[in-house]
Amino acid sequence: MTAWGCQGLRVRYGDTVALEDVSLEVPAGTVAAVVGGDGAGKTTLLRALAGTVRPAAGTVRRPDRRRLGYVSAGPGVWTDLTVDENLSFAGRAYGLTADDLEVRVGALLERTGLAAARDRLAGRLSGGMRQKLALAMAVAHEPELLVLDEPTTGVDPVSRAELWRLLASAAADGAAVVVATTYLDEAERAATVLVLDRGRALLAGTPDEVLAATPGLVVEGAARPEGVPSWRRGARWRAWSPDGSAPPGTTPVAIDLEDAAIVAQLRHDRGGPGGSRRGGPPANRGRAA
Amino acid sequence: MSPATREPLAAAIAATRRFGDLTVVDAVDLTVAAGEVVGLIGANGAGKTTLIRMLLGLLAPSGGQVRLFGEPPSRRTRARLGYLPQSLGLYEDLTVAENLAFSAAAYGSAGATLEGELAEARDALVRDLPLGLRRRAAFAIALAHHPDLLVLDEPTSGVDPLARARLWETIRYSAEQGAGVLVTTHHLAEASQCDRLVVLAAGRVAAAGTLAEIVGDATAVEVRTPTWEAAFTTLDLAGLPVSLVGRTLRVPGADPATVDRLLSDAGVTAEVARVPASFEETFVVLAA
Repeated sequence: MTAWGCQGLRVRYGDTVALEDVSLEVPAGTVAAVVGGDGAGKTTLLRALAGTVRPAAGTVRRPDRRRLGYVSAGPGVWTDLTVDENLSFAGRAYGLTADDLEVRVGALLERTGLAAARDRLAGRLSGGMRQKLALAMAVAHEPELLVLDEPTTGVDPVSRAELWRLLASAAADGAAVVVATTYLDEAERAATVLVLDRGRALLAGTPDEVLAATPGLVVEGAARPEGVPSWRRGARWRAWSPDGSAPPGTTPVAIDLEDAAIVAQLRHDRGGPGGSRRGGPPANRGRAA
Repeated sequence: MSPATREPLAAAIAATRRFGDLTVVDAVDLTVAAGEVVGLIGANGAGKTTLIRMLLGLLAPSGGQVRLFGEPPSRRTRARLGYLPQSLGLYEDLTVAENLAFSAAAYGSAGATLEGELAEARDALVRDLPLGLRRRAAFAIALAHHPDLLVLDEPTSGVDPLARARLWETIRYSAEQGAGVLVTTHHLAEASQCDRLVVLAAGRVAAAGTLAEIVGDATAVEVRTPTWEAAFTTLDLAGLPVSLVGRTLRVPGADPATVDRLLSDAGVTAEVARVPASFEETFVVLAA
């Protein structure tokens, strides 16, 4: 089975190291989620996979440009063209013949639910519809590797569910799909997840592997537990106990990827036991009140 | 704490807003009491922004009423309100400290004390700050005049999980100090942090209550199969709202027998089971 991706990737912008030793493997027919906040390195990684950024070190395996689909963050469509024109333009750019194009555009309009809007200017679509159009354009030529930069940012939950259905459908047709997002609940749908933090891989693996690899114990309580790094989850507190013991007044909880990423960030920021850069602030610190 | 026994800080009572023939908000009831965090969620066009604009006093209702602190929205009620737009509302060409001073002057408040990383960045231009720090600056400014009601639009969009948890610590702290908080968000993981949720669909309240109350006994069908690709394509082409989670498929609101029949007709071997729906699955069914 073909696997696209990268190994030991380092990318520099001038003196700034944007990515350091990042690896990602995306087999055909799977969805990989790349997660991180603003500035974590998601876009740089996706650009390197798409071949628009040259790495300083490491290797990238990607198909020929004609077998690659890439949607950058932002509009990703020609706002002055209609939905139909956008799709035809993308299809022609990838060398589809007129007959293939007609069939493919029809199928894509149907699948994305954009058929009723085919004559509308792309600039007049809602954010969710525009993202669906950008995705349809990127898969018009049935790419082997599909790379999408935050397709669901600013998109409402109904459109988000539809976008993920379209991603899954591309994977079901055999594409390797890489999708960047800032939200870990989305990553739980993917076959593998890579969490980036300041240009480095914080967590990587299948969601189950990432959860299983989280050391110590995550607990929950009604009050902020003493002596361990803690964070809010709804009205309650969660805390990470490195030695696996539950502090008084807390009970162990089943963790999700959000907890796993928080624990990984806390461990990274502490730089080992005892160190503390921004983990576990005392209550009320940094408040405006 | 029993928020229900107090007069709400903000209330929409059968609030309605029409634009010409179009009813965008249709008889919506919503309250925010002191000490509680209420989430307002809905698809685009569901009426969230129009409802928020009415609650902020920027738009008059066409029917029903909106009350802030027990009276109609006015300049006076505005002073007790903290609003954090998704765009953050900061002046990018001013420093953090200048933004804070400007806002304090507008509200006639003493301003906030900047601490930690934010204090180190006090003389930096807002446009030079990373998004996480910009969000924290916007929070500090929105909270500087100790508002009784906080209205937050996508408050943690774009930040990493730990930074998101820290922002929620601030939101929760405000609520524990007695503020009422109204959060609008497209992210259901964020919505699940709220005490109570109001789901808008096509201008009306489609559901309201705690997350568990909203999910209720809604179910989804879970499909486990070694050939998920074939199963996915079959169910997708049949028009079912199928989703992929890892290598498992889920179909919210579907009948297991129907799914089973579609798959066996297509020659796909699969284990099909009815399971409790997730919040997101329930929401998509409600909002669609």
